[in-house]
Amino acid sequence: MINDAVKLKPADKADKDLLAKLEQEAGTQVSLCYQCGKCSAGCPVAFAMDYPPREIIRLLQLNMTETALNSNSIWVCATCETCSERCPRGVEIATLMDSLRREALRRGKKGDNKVAAFNDAFLRTVKMFGRTYEAGILLQHNAVTMQPFKDAGLGLPMVQRGKINILPVRIKGRDQMKKIFARVQEQREEK
Amino acid sequence: MRVAYYPGCSLEGSAIEYGVSTERTAEILGFELVEIDDWNCCGATSGHNTDKLLSIALPARNLAIAEKTGLNVLAPCAACYNRFRNTEHTVRSDSELKAKVEQVIGMEYKAENETYSILNYITQEVGLDKIADKVTKPLKGMKAACYYGCLLVRPEAHTGFDDAEYPQSMDNIVKALGAEAVEWAFKTECCGAALGTSQPEIGQKMIAAVLKNAKDSGAECIVTACPLCMMNLDMRQKSAEKGSGEIFNLPVYYVTELLAIACGDSPERVKVNKHFVEAVSYLKEVSKRAEEIAAKEKQQAEAKAAPAEEVDEEKIQKKIQAFIKSLQKNPDKIAAKLIEDEERAAILTEIVKNDEKKIQKLAELLATDNDKAVKAAEAYVSGELKKREKSKE
Repeated sequence: MINDAVKLKPADKADKDLLAKLEQEAGTQVSLCYQCGKCSAGCPVAFAMDYPPREIIRLLQLNMTETALNSNSIWVCATCETCSERCPRGVEIATLMDSLRREALRRGKKGDNKVAAFNDAFLRTVKMFGRTYEAGILLQHNAVTMQPFKDAGLGLPMVQRGKINILPVRIKGRDQMKKIFARVQEQREEK
Repeated sequence: MRVAYYPGCSLEGSAIEYGVSTERTAEILGFELVEIDDWNCCGATSGHNTDKLLSIALPARNLAIAEKTGLNVLAPCAACYNRFRNTEHTVRSDSELKAKVEQVIGMEYKAENETYSILNYITQEVGLDKIADKVTKPLKGMKAACYYGCLLVRPEAHTGFDDAEYPQSMDNIVKALGAEAVEWAFKTECCGAALGTSQPEIGQKMIAAVLKNAKDSGAECIVTACPLCMMNLDMRQKSAEKGSGEIFNLPVYYVTELLAIACGDSPERVKVNKHFVEAVSYLKEVSKRAEEIAAKEKQQAEAKAAPAEEVDEEKIQKKIQAFIKSLQKNPDKIAAKLIEDEERAAILTEIVKNDEKKIQKLAELLATDNDKAVKAAEAYVSGELKKREKSKE
């Protein structure tokens, strides 16, 4: 039906700049893609995506970057790199997914997705202690995503097996860690 | 042999048995692990999902500290290994980013050292022959699916020590330990990585797919070199079973655990008893099988060796003389015994009639090994036929 037709708009300067930035970060070019679909065929998580990898690349080719940024595909992608490894045109699809995730974050598009919440929890412990603090990550992640009992059945067995440190391990160079995070933040804001 | 050692957070927590067994592997194979001073987390997937510069800077701090020692780096955790390789590659190829990274970490970093995974360190730096020397309890009868997952072999441009689609390094280690490495299709398929935690309904399906393919291919256990794969395949196996309605009951081992055990360690010493899917009893079953196989092999070897020992030289000489006599008297009868085809047997008779040397040779072979005598006879006839054809030309 005509109503289902996708309306394309010509790319203006902002669109072109955005795509160029994504491509530069990923070190690749979407125009190389000839839509063979090998990436989608090999993707182990395509079954859970709204747009499989080939379609994500197509969206970028058609100046529909916004749709790609709003997709759940970029958050389902496990960065297994199968797509990039098999692409006959050498498109770095997995690193492009990375660029899209980071761009979505910069625009505050975390949606209800639990991946970004997990990443936040993870990196916060690294910034504070220099190491990951698994117990802290799980508790924080569960609190933020409002699923207090998620993996609760696994927590006690982990402790019993000596596989989870109840207290965080702290490195000596914690001030260096804070500086690293702060300088990265500065660089991001400069952009 | 010394190498800078980066355990990574998992090897001191959820993958404690990988840490313990890596240390044992180093002791057994004779290389020294020099832990990187005051190392920090590599940032893992959360790092590169969030910020590119951060994802390079976090590994770079560790690598810069290691670089000062002049040693290459061993990172057993597949995720740390992958981030380190990515960092080395990026810093070497992007001078602008290199400058930023050095500013962020406040240290010089040239990316002159190389990071190794446990698989390429063992196969390429230590050598498989060294393992074979150290194995005291071969894992004969074990049927293992060697699982590489993603991060050890992809992207090949960064990792590069093994094939991205059909890697063999772990298979070769497991074979050197005496086990059978089954052929299966999912050795580099993704286990779902962090999706097991962040989106379990998706992760579970991916875990079940890997376990199912291993089981369908005849594997009785899975071998891994990645803490995240272990967490998914072992800790989450129960929930993957519930989700898929199939029972897998597949124990999962770190390749270093198997190495230590095949070289004499008890499963408890390398903490195999800490796994979620019970993994000690399969090792007991394997050691029983290994004993049976070894006993059978010994028997066969003895059966083969026994007659040779009993043979005494005089008897053989007598036999040889007897065969020489019959070859001189009735070459046709012996020829018929050696070659079924009548025409060829007739040719052999003719050859033998005029050739003392061939009579001697055939008699010796007949006295010691009938199969060899048959082969020699056939060869004589074939040679003769060729000669004849040439003279015709």
